Amino acid sequence: MPSPSDRPPLVSRGFRGRRDNSPSDRVPPGQYVTEDFPVLSAGPTPHTPLEQWDFSIVGEVDELRSWTWEEFRALPSEDVTVDIHCVTKWSKLDTVWQGVSVDTLLDGVETAAEYVVQFCDGGYTTNVPLEDVTGGKAWVAFAYGGEPLEPEHGGPARMLVPHLYFWKSAKWVRGLRLESTDEPGFWEVNGYHNYGDPWREQRYWGD
Amino acid sequence: MARAAVLGRLTWLVAEVVDVVPETDGVKTIVFDVPGWPGHRAGQHVDVRLTAEDGYQAQRSYSIASAPDASRIELTVERLDDGEVSPYLTEELREGDQIELRGPVGGYFVWEPSQGGPLLLVAGGSGVVPLMAMLRARETAGSDAETRLLLSSRGWDDVIYRGELERLDGDGLTVVHTLTRTQPQSWTGYARRVDAEMLAEVGPDPTERPFVYVCGPTPFVEAVAEALVRLGHAPQNVKTERFGPTGG
Repeated sequence: MPSPSDRPPLVSRGFRGRRDNSPSDRVPPGQYVTEDFPVLSAGPTPHTPLEQWDFSIVGEVDELRSWTWEEFRALPSEDVTVDIHCVTKWSKLDTVWQGVSVDTLLDGVETAAEYVVQFCDGGYTTNVPLEDVTGGKAWVAFAYGGEPLEPEHGGPARMLVPHLYFWKSAKWVRGLRLESTDEPGFWEVNGYHNYGDPWREQRYWGD
Repeated sequence: MARAAVLGRLTWLVAEVVDVVPETDGVKTIVFDVPGWPGHRAGQHVDVRLTAEDGYQAQRSYSIASAPDASRIELTVERLDDGEVSPYLTEELREGDQIELRGPVGGYFVWEPSQGGPLLLVAGGSGVVPLMAMLRARETAGSDAETRLLLSSRGWDDVIYRGELERLDGDGLTVVHTLTRTQPQSWTGYARRVDAEMLAEVGPDPTERPFVYVCGPTPFVEAVAEALVRLGHAPQNVKTERFGPTGG
């Protein structure tokens, strides 16, 4: 945890805070609730035409899998309502998504891998343990709030791994690479925590 | 920075206010002395934590405005009327007050003088803050990296760091303003939002492969980054930092 145990938090003279009415059991430490949907990304927004888009499962798998946009959209999808938490401090409650469960994409895949790298248009990557994207915990989302996902929010499709900080939900995702070793991704080599559990406030290296 | 240098936990440090400097209407620079500050690179940010009497806490991230300078760091904060933290930082804090900081944070949107140029910096409003840290680092290091700053502000009196930018202009640095809402009577400069034509005029040409840094509100960054890519800048050379109206 980021607070050193040898010194209690310093009280800031005259600070009262706004305090929203959000249920504290849904807002992790250090987060505040926003109604907006801020955009954060490290570079220009990619615009891959849907006819050139595909999604693939690669790496340590018995055989590569790939779906065109049409094939991907023909897969069974789920409606998901979840809270999301960005490492830049905002949380957004009850966000509504539609996406394909990673369980569906990995159904029948044989692998000894324990880690997954999400790879994307634009070159972004982020790593997660395989068990954090299976068992109903992660989706490849293509709609937000009932509308197709906008490019600035990661459209046409982004990962949704809501139990981790939101940089672990890659925008413009194009596939999953299954690995037997843990390979830190873009932010993970740039100072951010390798796992990123918001409830343990794992924001940065060493948290 | 070597990974080992920051692998240790970023602990909360006590930061004492040594000065509060008004910049423009609603924007102030707060100068802190932070004993134990590990140093930073231009473009990085810092987490601020405020604690109320009853233990309630709020955290936010702010870009660092100052060049690396021992235990001193400066934050330039825009007051957001519906914000929780920025009104406190800009209206309440005064010399001698203490708050908590931890950082530096972020290893991507950074520039160091050793990286050289050419450099194209494009800012909307208070998005100039991390870019100012780069200009100050450039100045401190005596770097002659060819640098252009295109700064979009609403009006002449809304230009953050206006006087300092005037002083820094020259020696390989070109400062270009665009004023999107109101212009002084004698204004002959740009008077519209940043677009591809303006970016092409300001340069440098994409064939010079400049390092490009864009910071501002999301719609600004989206529009500028898209125009830059359309002009032929390599997407991987265009680094962006965005802030929304909820930065609080």
